[in-house]
Amino acid sequence: MAEPSLAADAKPWKDATATPFIRIKNITKKFGDFAAVDDITLDIYKGELFCLLGGSGCGKSTLLRMLAGFETPTSGTIEIDGQDVAKIAAFDRPTNMMFQSYALFPHMTVEKNVIYGLLREGVPKAEAMDRVADMLCLVKLQDFAKRKPLQLSGGQQQRVALARSLIKQPKLLLLDEPLGALDKKLREKTQFELIHIQESLGVTFIVVTHDQEEAMTLSTRIGVMKDGKIVQVGEPPQIYEDPNSKYVADFIGSVNMFEGTVDVAVADTLRIKSPEAGIDLLVEPIEGLKVNQSVSVAIRPERIAVTRHKPEGAANIVEGEVEEVAYLGNLSIYCIKLASGKTLKVTKSNLLHDDVPIKWDEKVFLSWSNAAGIVLTT
Amino acid sequence: MTTLQASSPWRKTAALLARFGLTGRMLVIAVPMLWLLVFFLVPFLVVLKISVADPMIARPPYSPLFVDGSIQATIGNYAYMWEDSLYINAYWSSIKIAFFSTVLALLIGYPMSYYIARSPEPKRSLLLLLIVLPFWTSFLLRVYAWIGILKTKGVLNMLLMKFGLINEPLIIMQTDVAVYIGIVYTYLPFMILPLYANLVKLDDALLEASADLGAGPISTFFRITIPLSLPGIVAGSMLVFIPAIGEFVIPALLGGPDTLMIGKILWTEFFANRDWPVASAVAIAMLLLLVIPIMLLRMAQTKGAET
Amino acid sequence: MKRGLFLPIVSFLGFVFLYIPIVSLVIFSFNKSKLVTVWGGWSTKWYGELLNDPQILGAAWISLKIGVVSASLATVLGTIAAMVLTRFGKVRGRGLLTGMVTAPLVMPEVITGLSLLLLFVAMEAAFGWPAGRGMVTIIIAHTTFCMAYVAVVVQSRLVDMDDAIEEAASDLGAQPMRVFFDITLPMIAPALISGWLLSFTLSLDDLVIASFVSGPGASTLPMVIFSKVRLGVTPEINALATLIVVVVAIGISISWFFMRKKVKT
Repeated sequence: MAEPSLAADAKPWKDATATPFIRIKNITKKFGDFAAVDDITLDIYKGELFCLLGGSGCGKSTLLRMLAGFETPTSGTIEIDGQDVAKIAAFDRPTNMMFQSYALFPHMTVEKNVIYGLLREGVPKAEAMDRVADMLCLVKLQDFAKRKPLQLSGGQQQRVALARSLIKQPKLLLLDEPLGALDKKLREKTQFELIHIQESLGVTFIVVTHDQEEAMTLSTRIGVMKDGKIVQVGEPPQIYEDPNSKYVADFIGSVNMFEGTVDVAVADTLRIKSPEAGIDLLVEPIEGLKVNQSVSVAIRPERIAVTRHKPEGAANIVEGEVEEVAYLGNLSIYCIKLASGKTLKVTKSNLLHDDVPIKWDEKVFLSWSNAAGIVLTT
Repeated sequence: MTTLQASSPWRKTAALLARFGLTGRMLVIAVPMLWLLVFFLVPFLVVLKISVADPMIARPPYSPLFVDGSIQATIGNYAYMWEDSLYINAYWSSIKIAFFSTVLALLIGYPMSYYIARSPEPKRSLLLLLIVLPFWTSFLLRVYAWIGILKTKGVLNMLLMKFGLINEPLIIMQTDVAVYIGIVYTYLPFMILPLYANLVKLDDALLEASADLGAGPISTFFRITIPLSLPGIVAGSMLVFIPAIGEFVIPALLGGPDTLMIGKILWTEFFANRDWPVASAVAIAMLLLLVIPIMLLRMAQTKGAET
Repeated sequence: MKRGLFLPIVSFLGFVFLYIPIVSLVIFSFNKSKLVTVWGGWSTKWYGELLNDPQILGAAWISLKIGVVSASLATVLGTIAAMVLTRFGKVRGRGLLTGMVTAPLVMPEVITGLSLLLLFVAMEAAFGWPAGRGMVTIIIAHTTFCMAYVAVVVQSRLVDMDDAIEEAASDLGAQPMRVFFDITLPMIAPALISGWLLSFTLSLDDLVIASFVSGPGASTLPMVIFSKVRLGVTPEINALATLIVVVVAIGISISWFFMRKKVKT
């Protein structure tokens, strides 16, 4: 069954000639006057593990439910493997779904839950039983076949739900917050199991999540959603390092944001006046900016160095006073108040114990390179 | 697509229906819809129609609505009700009896519901079961039991006289007092259940917060508990008031000849006087009386469902 | 602690109030004397008379038949109505159906009875059916008001149920009917059972509606009881009431036992 899985270096979305496996074109879903999904166009490729990421009410679940066939789009088309699925009812679609609540049939055993889809497809009982046994092995539930769902732990129930949704080898598996109901430890472990299963079966996954860490860990690409629209699509590093808007920069990880106006480009640096920062911010130049245009500059907390002595050669240097220090084990978070009154968040990894830790009320220098600042216009 | 499924019997049926422009959904909806239209909605239209017909000595004993293509309607039956003090008195008497029974049921039911809601499990479930249990035995027989208790030579008088509390037996049977007892007794569980459902959701922390802010128990009760349980109070009260208005069995068994209630009047018009048009007019008038209580009940139920 | 005593005392008196009539019926069913106030010693003679009263036995048999048929019909119709109201989304006539399903719950019995009788008379005049009145008309009437109770009970169960479970079955390839029989029905079975039992009890207990829509030769148990007790206390009826209490007590105990067993597994 296994198609060659998506190799780490194969990136069909970068190949203009590759055919998308799922084509979502101008999809809109209105509930009354409210557009839960607003004119989304998105291509997803075979073997991808695509994450739809967004806060509650952003329309990510509605989009997923339209793919599954539980909601009918108000307008737009969805194609799966070249086939328009508009007229195909949920029970006929080549997709399967793993529900947030797992939605296991409480009156059936684990085995009966998993075999249900195969029997509906008309697979002979004996063959179906073999496939169920294989699938239960894959999710390490072979010893629990005769149990009822309520007699299982949360993690086991999650795996039954996964097994049940994978047994029909769907062209597309839709996962609605698949790890949402698990506690943090188990969630981290399960993330990798999920990737492993996805790679070994070669099924295309679309995962809906509100957890940005989960999206970062799991996905080949992330689609960040807001108010029914997709605001950015990209690989996890791209989304993090190169967000295209203040919303994305702020939503993924934490960020320090400065408001400013474009001043002048000198050689390979762009100068941005920012009274909020108290200094002129030097960043790498980007195209399409006009002088005096209002922009925001986003700087990730880990890209800022904090030192007692004025560093040499850094593009941006500003003085401040330590307001808060939070020790988190692997790293520490500093809140540093600038002369302008703005507070910056800086993280520092606790790799070395070589120097005396920086304490409250100390005067410090913050510095970052001109590559650290991300200029955002929206 | 998978061709295996194309031959499933469900699919064949669906295909067959589709040929007549029908979907399975439409058939499913049609079943309860038609039943209720024919046996619930249409009967009211019939009642309405007969209430504007003239009584006749015939089978059926009323004049037809359409004669030679023109409508033959009369408000005579309603005018008759308006003029005869019997009907007006029966109305007032029904409202009075239903109202005071509701107040009594609330006064008894509220502390009971509160007590049950504040009881620890499993005591709470057991008490609740005890409230529901009488539902499952015959209502008619339970009302009948009160005859043996309340009548002049009944259990109550016997006991009271034995303990020397009274010298003469109390005349309760065949009075309005007996009707009050019967109604409160029968509908008390209808008061308790919605109140309980409401009070059990009341967060202890609210009462503690109120006490913490300096309110005494009585002040807390009137300022916090009562306003929060208002949907339960309204729902319970309407569930007592509405059936009490139309009650027939209780006034017939426990009440006397002087006990006037519309349910009893309707029954008499129909069975004893065989005046179907007047009985229908009484029914329509009774329904009008219930419109506001039914709307109150709806509001309380939607509000109760929200919290 | 004034409040500490007030609630238990009021509640205790309330429960006494609820149970005194039932207890007195049971005690006096064993009274040898026909008079309530005179204790004539223990006796089971009223039970003997009850079991030899062909009128009561015949009426009980009729009531049981009507109860079983109307409870079953009401369960089917009420369940369908509940499904339409909770699972079919916005369909045409939804508002009308909601109104018609819940209205019988608050409708005075005298009105329901009168209106159905007038309907049956009009129908007989127009189509010749139902020819006369009797068990069939009582069954129709009872089904109509009982289905409202079933619909309410089943609806609340359906609302509590996670929709995703049915969607999951559909997602795995089950057609709507298949989803209903494989998933929904087993999951709402307890509600169907309570709905059926409630309908059966209501049907068995109804005096007013049955009196309106019944015809000669179809006297139900409540109709016979009513005609007897109107004339005063009848010890035979005490015995009948006691039997009913015993049957209900046994039924409740059995369901209690099964529920406890279910909780354990």
